[in-house]
Amino acid sequence: MTELHLLLLFMIVGAIVAVEARDLLSSVVALGAVGLGLSLAFLILKAPDLAITQLVVEILCLIILIRATIKRDLPFIRDGRWHFNTFSTLSFIIVFLGLAYISLKDLPAFGQPLLRVAANYLSEGLSKTGAANLVSSVILDFRAYDTLGEATVLFTAVMGVLAVMRKTGRIKD
Amino acid sequence: MTLIVKTITRLTVGLILLYGIYIVLHGHLTPGGGFPGGVIIALSFIHLMLAFGKDTALKRLNQLRASILESLGAIMFLGIAISGFLGGYFFLNFIKRGEAFNLFSAGIIPLCNIAICFKVGAGLFLIFVALVVLSNSQEK
Repeated sequence: MTELHLLLLFMIVGAIVAVEARDLLSSVVALGAVGLGLSLAFLILKAPDLAITQLVVEILCLIILIRATIKRDLPFIRDGRWHFNTFSTLSFIIVFLGLAYISLKDLPAFGQPLLRVAANYLSEGLSKTGAANLVSSVILDFRAYDTLGEATVLFTAVMGVLAVMRKTGRIKD
Repeated sequence: MTLIVKTITRLTVGLILLYGIYIVLHGHLTPGGGFPGGVIIALSFIHLMLAFGKDTALKRLNQLRASILESLGAIMFLGIAISGFLGGYFFLNFIKRGEAFNLFSAGIIPLCNIAICFKVGAGLFLIFVALVVLSNSQEK
């Protein structure tokens, strides 16, 4: 568990660096470090499927971010209501942590879920679907509706990007 | 890009594509599956585009062909799901399951993996092309 906590600390530091960095390239690199830390955390928690997916999607997002956004630098707003912003953020964090402490006390311990259905998937997945990789048997057989919805979301996203970025049929202003 | 990048790309891009296909085809046996395999296949074409420029990559897989592949993946996945009605209900595993731990086993799961691989690979490649190539060419 120690290495997981170290990784979480590393990811929090990386996220803070990504928010506070002066130029866009440093932010993108820090964001990539957070994503790679998340991939390692999945690997430590014994979820290699998620680790592979997180790694390749992180690489793709990093390439798109660097190629698409690196030329234009966003202006930063640094003056104005600094005290009010800091005070409101801190008070919200304190309220959130207090409520989370109250409500998360009764949850089951880490790694001991309450769901009976998941235990059923684990014990009968191989005999019911014949797939040796249990994650595949869950996402493509027991929960195939989820995968269908996810494919639809990706299809809609591609259609949206192509419609916004298209060249033909665009009215010149 | 420089000569070093081009040479390394020429040597590795086929291996990356092959690894993506391996991840997809063994999705029901080892960690992986349609989504990460499709992203790896898309990354191999993006690798080609970053090293040799957009013309070389778009000659291999142009936008029309990629969008046809993406729609084909979606229709294939939906068709597999609907053909479950042959035996009873939506998403029924109607092909024989075979022996576990074999390459040809688990019924419709490898077919679904291949369909999702087409969808995700072509879709993410199209998003990359639209966001990077088209938006850059509009500024010029």
